[in-house]
Amino acid sequence: MEPILQIKNLTHTYGIGTPFQRSAVEDMSFDVYSGEFLGIIGHTGSGKSTLIQHLNGLLKPTSGQVLLRGKDIWAEPKKIRDVRFQVGLVFQYPEYQLFEETVYKDIAFGPANMGKRGDELDCCVREAARLVGIRDDQLEKSPFELSGGQKRRVALAGVIAMEPQVLVLDEPTAGLDPAGRENLMANIRDYHRNKHTTVILVSHSMDEIAQNVDRILVLKSAHVLMSGTPTEVFARGGELLAAGLDVPQVTRIAMALRERGLAIDPAVYTVQDLERQLLALRKGGAVC
Amino acid sequence: MATMIKTETLKYAYPVEEGEKQTFALRGVDLEIEKGSFVVVLGHNGSGKSTLAKTFNGVLLPAGGKVYVEGMDTCDENLLLAIRQRVGMVFQNPDNQIVANVVEEDVAFAPENLGVPTEEIRKRVDDALKAVGMSEFVRHAPHLLSGGQKQRIAIAGVIAMEPACIVLDEATAMLDPIGRQEVLSTVHRLNREKGITVILITHHMNEAEEADRVIVMDDGVVAMDGSPRQVFTQVDALRSMGLTVPDTVDLLDRLQKDGLDVPLDALTVEECAGAIAAALRAN
Repeated sequence: MEPILQIKNLTHTYGIGTPFQRSAVEDMSFDVYSGEFLGIIGHTGSGKSTLIQHLNGLLKPTSGQVLLRGKDIWAEPKKIRDVRFQVGLVFQYPEYQLFEETVYKDIAFGPANMGKRGDELDCCVREAARLVGIRDDQLEKSPFELSGGQKRRVALAGVIAMEPQVLVLDEPTAGLDPAGRENLMANIRDYHRNKHTTVILVSHSMDEIAQNVDRILVLKSAHVLMSGTPTEVFARGGELLAAGLDVPQVTRIAMALRERGLAIDPAVYTVQDLERQLLALRKGGAVC
Repeated sequence: MATMIKTETLKYAYPVEEGEKQTFALRGVDLEIEKGSFVVVLGHNGSGKSTLAKTFNGVLLPAGGKVYVEGMDTCDENLLLAIRQRVGMVFQNPDNQIVANVVEEDVAFAPENLGVPTEEIRKRVDDALKAVGMSEFVRHAPHLLSGGQKQRIAIAGVIAMEPACIVLDEATAMLDPIGRQEVLSTVHRLNREKGITVILITHHMNEAEEADRVIVMDDGVVAMDGSPRQVFTQVDALRSMGLTVPDTVDLLDRLQKDGLDVPLDALTVEECAGAIAAALRAN
């Protein structure tokens, strides 16, 4: 697979020359492959938010590079706007950024700025609304009349409508209830599957990451601590806990069962998998 | 035990524009919350749980029925200040509740307004910041803190008021697992050591594990009310209300249906693993 984004020795230091000088990202290097669903996890202060703001040039590296399709995004600073169309960033609580009179106009803002007009624009807006589960009759409503979950969908549609090659989502489900969370994640999974877009999901919910992504990047104090498939990462559950990170509840149950002498695969992270393994154990009578 | 908050056929409807149909967010809630208890209120978005919380210190006033805080009627305007001093609220978004430019000044805001003597304010602010693990940020600017840190400052601001009851309206929703754990252990400690009544509104099921009582709201009424064990073992009923059950209960429910002799009420990871190991050995 081709890397679509390459992060090379990226460092970002806030407050240089002040007593509060602090590197939020330090000498970070990793690749993001075209079409993959990448999860980034790390607790508050690990550098997640600072990192993703570099991906579309909202922040400029203190040192190091961000390459988009092999080209440094800051090679021509005047063209940074193009990078922002290609790498779409959905912030935390994006519903606070809604501003238009109607849902339709709000979604159309981005693609219209890119120069889309008429039928092409209309098509973009309706397609994006459909992808995030906004009904046609909601398009003419004021976005402020919608519920919190629906507002968030509108904000997400506004970025998807620009048809970015990389979609970066910062805590897209924060503050939603379990049903709302699952609904929104299902929309995002469909979008990823149907559009073959690269999606980067930033979250501090291990469960959410475990259930959705192909690969996980674990950040800790401004560095990349681990990178691998969910199975590879959760197999190192003990290390994650030691690093002050959460692991899915199922992984913790599996760890507790191993401590009790049961031969459970340490990398299990879904309820179904653990159920299957326990049933196999019962059949095999492999309990000491 | 004494009653902290009591509601009687409490109803509430948000104002609507002309021509729109009025819908009740609360449709007759009768609750009695004991002093010193730790109560978790669960429910999906739109179930009425946040509306309920906002009636507890008169942010919202009943459209029907009554709310009493230590016997004081929230509809009595003369008592509103006294009521808000007794019941402190912490909301979801910390950016909406931080008022000062320096952490210690923000935490001191409420006690200053209450006319607490200066030396006492100093002590309360230091204690409150210590309680939320933010002592080292005493002179920092709140806007430079992370979301989780800001929320702990907001909680410190309420604690500094020394209320009898703290209502946390999805106050952990924006925090990461560590921050959430810190806030939870802080409020559990305040509950245990200072006897402060805690009402925690959340949709994170695992935050309810250690509560004295769990109330589930659905469609503006109380749908379930009991101990965490009593509530969480009703797997199908919870799912039908758009709530998930903890993975421990989900796993035990599946294993039980597979014919394994496990209880449903082993809520914590350790209890759950113990129950499964025991059942497999007995098999």
